[in-house]
Amino acid sequence: MSMAPEPSRLAKMWDSDFAWQFRTSPVAIISAAVTLILVLSAVFAPLIAPYNPFDPGSLNLMNGFTPPSTPNQFTQDQFLLGTDDQGRDVFSTILYGMRISLFVGFSAVAFAMVLGITLGLVAGYVGGWTETFIMRIADVQLTFPSILVAMLITGVAKGFTPVEYRDSMAIIVLIVAIGLSDWVQFARVVRGSTLVEKNKEYVQAAKLIGRKPYFIMLKHILPNVLSPVLVIATISLALAIIAEATLSFLGVGAPPTQPSLGTLIRIGQGYLYSGEWWILLFPSITLLALALAVNLLGDWLRDALNPKLR
Amino acid sequence: MLAYIIRRVFQSLLVLLVVGLVAFSMFRFVGDPIDNMLGQERTQEDIDRLRATLGLDQPFPVQYAKFIVSAAQGNFGVSYRQGRPVATIIAERAPATLELAFVSGTLALVFGIGLGVFTAIRRNGIASNVIMSTSLIGVSLPTFLIGILLIYLFGVTLKWLPTFGRGDVVDLGWWSTGFLTASGLKALILPSITLGLYQMTLIMRLVRSEMLEVLRQDYIRFARARGLRERSVNFRHALKNTMVPVITVVGLQLGAIIAFAIITETVFQWPGVGLLFINAIQFVDIPVMAAYLMLISVMFVGINLIVDLLYFAIDPRLRIDGRHA
Repeated sequence: MSMAPEPSRLAKMWDSDFAWQFRTSPVAIISAAVTLILVLSAVFAPLIAPYNPFDPGSLNLMNGFTPPSTPNQFTQDQFLLGTDDQGRDVFSTILYGMRISLFVGFSAVAFAMVLGITLGLVAGYVGGWTETFIMRIADVQLTFPSILVAMLITGVAKGFTPVEYRDSMAIIVLIVAIGLSDWVQFARVVRGSTLVEKNKEYVQAAKLIGRKPYFIMLKHILPNVLSPVLVIATISLALAIIAEATLSFLGVGAPPTQPSLGTLIRIGQGYLYSGEWWILLFPSITLLALALAVNLLGDWLRDALNPKLR
Repeated sequence: MLAYIIRRVFQSLLVLLVVGLVAFSMFRFVGDPIDNMLGQERTQEDIDRLRATLGLDQPFPVQYAKFIVSAAQGNFGVSYRQGRPVATIIAERAPATLELAFVSGTLALVFGIGLGVFTAIRRNGIASNVIMSTSLIGVSLPTFLIGILLIYLFGVTLKWLPTFGRGDVVDLGWWSTGFLTASGLKALILPSITLGLYQMTLIMRLVRSEMLEVLRQDYIRFARARGLRERSVNFRHALKNTMVPVITVVGLQLGAIIAFAIITETVFQWPGVGLLFINAIQFVDIPVMAAYLMLISVMFVGINLIVDLLYFAIDPRLRIDGRHA
């Protein structure tokens, strides 16, 4: 009797339902590819970018306002996507700006996730007065649009930070503001699943052998409530990127010394009327592509992982 | 029912008190007002006297209570940046924001419900499909990019419409309106489209999916079998029953419109309350920030309360349930 050779782990993954759904969905493949390319080019910006836009030594003011892919009239230098008013290469500033946007986006979602999961777990597992308190706050916060919450938190935080730290704290303030505006989703979903899980036998068994509550929450319940969290996290990432861009565009987000895509669009809007369209257009397209790709990926992930969430 | 209303009102007041606490702590802990008011040449006696006059030597809860009382009377002190009472500044700016919100809200409601019904009735038509796919793009574009796009198209390229400010306004005593001049009306077009587009898409998609749900029901089939006219079935029988969730969303979106007005007003340099708030954040003008914080919370809490209470008025089933509960 011959046995079929055990398929390798990679082959198993390739054959899984999840992978099959991915392979057969063009939207998923394209959005994943775009996301991957953008994230990688942001991570490796120092290697890819032809110039370092934050090194004043590499700037030549004569190169200001060079249109894309045409030689500058004074220096004959060429830039793929043109230059801004100070002669900074637009392509490089976009790569570096995307770093800030993605860093803020990922950190804010991570912050919201940790906060939301913790509060959701505690609310669901402990119940009683604690649960009412946490979920009431969540309900109240849910009635405000999250971008408004983020704006208000930015404003309050700015009020509380001493003047000399305002610029250096700006990025952290952004992360906290966007994170705090977004934890409710996580908390609600995690609480819902925790309520279901906590009455199952394995949790009862763990209680019976005397496991501490925090141990049960972390080691037993948490792994079983994570899959919807992943979906929300992806969609939250798209929203966080847009929220960051919006705040920076309004001039209350990333400071001009560390421009994100939103800051670049804000700067570019100033040249809309005078004809330097490239300073505005390319950061806008990048932001759109990034937000749209992550959003579509999240939508697809939601359908693929958990049809019940629809 | 009564108990429910009382509980909701109490809860709303609690939220407002907490927001008030945040606003008050900004005043209390950011900088020292005494420092701002007295110059370099000051003695300890001056400081103590002013502290006593302003009531800053009193305990925190007393000061907080005083703050809440004067805030409830609309007194938020003087703007650090403009040196004028915050209430006056906000009253000046409010008409701009309210007119913008009113126009965009109306646009969103009329087109949202209209297109929603249309795409639901002609579910498989080409026009419906085009509208639905376009609306997807509308949802995923950030508001400020829509505004910039419109400015570029209609302002910079075609030069049809103004791209910033309110145009000429007519002063009607305490209200300045842009509705009465041609330039005022023209200036309203682009900002209100920008502001209303997202809400319109949302309402449209909601009405569409609710309509599709309702149109499948037996009573609609029965109405058709009775030979009622298509118009009457669609609008009298079907649309009416989609209104409960629509009213919830519209109510909540009313608040969202005011919130998103901040973005639209910044893009179009519209001299409203939102732009005032953004400038206040940039310059850390705490009285203005605190006032806006309180104002927007009162509005949101109020809207939510009204929406919750409206349920009882619209849906008779809830009233019956409420009596039993």
